[in-house]
Amino acid sequence: MANESRSQTKKNPVAGFFGALGKDLKEIGLTFKEGDWKTRISFVIFGFGSIFRGLWLRGAGLLAVEAFLIWFECSFGFEYLSKLGTLGTVATTKKGRTTVYGDNSFLILLFGLLALFAVLAFIYVWRLNLKVSRREQLTLKAGKKLPRNRDDWKSLFDGHFDKTIMALPVTGVFVFTVLPIVFMICVAFTNYDANHQPPSNLFTWVGLENFKNLFSFGTAGFGGTFMTVLLWTLIWALFATFIDYVLGIAVAILINMKGIRFKKLWRKILVMTIAVPQFVSLLYVSKLFASDGLINGYLLKWGWIDTAIPFWTNPTLAKITIIVVNIWIGIPYLMLIATGLLMNIPEDLYESARIDGASPWQMFRHITMPYMLFVTGPFLLTQYTGNLNNFNVIFLLTQGAPKTGNLVGGAGRTDLLITWLYKMTINDTNYRMAAVIGIMVFIVTAAISLVVYQMLPSVKDEEGFQ
Amino acid sequence: MARQTSMKKKRAVGNFFSYVLLILISLIWLFPFFGLLMQSFRSYDPAVEYGGMVDYIIPHTFSLDNYRFLFDGGTNYLRWYLNTFIIALFVSIFNTIIVLCVSYALSRMRFKGRTFLMRFWLILGMFPGFLTMICLYFLLKQVGLTQAGAVPGLILVSVASSGMGYYVCKGYFDTIPKALDEAARIDGASRARVFLTMTLPMSKPIIIYTALVAFMGPWCDYVFASYVAFGHDKSYNVAVAMQRWMVVGDYQGYFTRFCAGGVCVAVPITILFMCLQKYYVEGVTGGAVKG
Repeated sequence: MANESRSQTKKNPVAGFFGALGKDLKEIGLTFKEGDWKTRISFVIFGFGSIFRGLWLRGAGLLAVEAFLIWFECSFGFEYLSKLGTLGTVATTKKGRTTVYGDNSFLILLFGLLALFAVLAFIYVWRLNLKVSRREQLTLKAGKKLPRNRDDWKSLFDGHFDKTIMALPVTGVFVFTVLPIVFMICVAFTNYDANHQPPSNLFTWVGLENFKNLFSFGTAGFGGTFMTVLLWTLIWALFATFIDYVLGIAVAILINMKGIRFKKLWRKILVMTIAVPQFVSLLYVSKLFASDGLINGYLLKWGWIDTAIPFWTNPTLAKITIIVVNIWIGIPYLMLIATGLLMNIPEDLYESARIDGASPWQMFRHITMPYMLFVTGPFLLTQYTGNLNNFNVIFLLTQGAPKTGNLVGGAGRTDLLITWLYKMTINDTNYRMAAVIGIMVFIVTAAISLVVYQMLPSVKDEEGFQ
Repeated sequence: MARQTSMKKKRAVGNFFSYVLLILISLIWLFPFFGLLMQSFRSYDPAVEYGGMVDYIIPHTFSLDNYRFLFDGGTNYLRWYLNTFIIALFVSIFNTIIVLCVSYALSRMRFKGRTFLMRFWLILGMFPGFLTMICLYFLLKQVGLTQAGAVPGLILVSVASSGMGYYVCKGYFDTIPKALDEAARIDGASRARVFLTMTLPMSKPIIIYTALVAFMGPWCDYVFASYVAFGHDKSYNVAVAMQRWMVVGDYQGYFTRFCAGGVCVAVPITILFMCLQKYYVEGVTGGAVKG
């Protein structure tokens, strides 16, 4: 029997899920069949059994949740839920001077989803309530004593302390992250854009049309722009991550060298770029490189150049400048991390290398880097995915400029997917495509994380450097 | 003996180049800040000096005009500053509490759905935050926390999702031996008591790190802040207001005033950061190694 169930879960998760569901349904049936009248009434009135067994604290809690959810669904949940299929049919119009209010697709989608989640919550609490009731019944049947209300209360700070302290954070994440993300995923399958702004113009489901648009390479299609921006995003993240990484370690080694004094001072100077808020430092630096900025000003004054260098207006140069400025931002951070880690490298590794006549470069190449890569592999991965979505650097330096007519959706030459998404949301109110791009960002991030994570040496071979 | 002196010489030469390199690096790193500071002292009054972009760094006449402009009441600068400070303070306090709670529960307690929750949050984190912007704006608008109420609204949004940033803190809790908890629990202490009277006092570095990072975040918050406070000058934070000077407005005219405003923001934050740098380094290094 045990063997059978194990092979079943191994076979595939879907079968496992339905297996568990079947077992659960059987359990519910058993609860009803074997239940006394208190348990049976609990099927309709949550917490009934508990209250009549003297455990009014948990019973009242369950009942309160039921009352709240039913109130929510009846007062407006179901109304929105029923329109979720069409997202509204009657637009708000003006007849003469009076406004005739109709549906609002936005509200229908948002509150419809909320109502859907409320139904799921209802089912979950209902099941919980049955479990509680059955357990109480069985405890009494076995001749044991039920816990008192005081024990229930106390367990919130002991055995069930996790629920007490997680309740608020989990609710917060649900309302302010899960719900909006699900909402926007749904928007990707609608035609919500500048021409469909509720309540005067409703939007509705369009299936995969937006995704087709993303991969259509015609003149109006997003395909060409998407590929260009995606490519630059990947390249940018690669450069931003690895150049900073290597140079940061190099600077850390430089400061750590024997015989170098004022180590703390050098570090403090570098750390300034972390301490000063980026919107101050990056905005200033962006003006520093402007065509009428200080750098061009001095170069012109000294006669080194005749015309200003187009740091931000030439597409290629703008990309290079961004990467260079990012080094300025990134090195201190890496330097801090590397400083701590470098001290952990066993000194005898260097000692024996030195006896074998290795040069400093060889030691760096064959001892320091492999060690650092091994230890900081997962960090490097998060850095990379972080850089894919590095909004601040691009937005504060160039805002995606230089602009170009070759790309659709308002994308500039240095736009990353994330800044492009931002522009489509703010400037074009093209929410449908913004949502699609958002999903693409997720897919790219998740795919890279998954693939690279499997290849990391510290994951493949945990003992490697120990 | 001869070999030793040659080694010494070699090292001295090496050191010399290292110092040259370090000084060069320091100059590059400090140059923008030096420029920012100097240009904040250049008057924007045309009678004194041109206030736009110029090709010299040290002002011909030092003046405090820009600072006077900021604090004279001609703009809402003080208000913006106060807004940002209030947001940063509350976010810092509430974020830290939430992160500590979540980290403790995930590190110490084994409950049903724990690994599911961790995986689910990890996946959620891969969605770009801006995706949710319009939806969040609408949610806030429903309860009147946009425009005039943007400050509490921004605090609410930052705090609500802060539980997902538990990684570094949980990593730290994982290093505190579980045996300590168990010993206390055998003596009859409840989980809550262990958390409040044992774990927390031992976690000073990570508490400071979490609070510091949370405090510094809102000073750079531009995107969502500008969206929520849109069109309501009194609810702006410094980043939104000053970004507007530079990008939307006439940046030539406002350039030196931006510099002065930037200095006023940067100096206190930098001092705070430098004082707590030790904890910051501990936090990021720990986070990096554990991933």
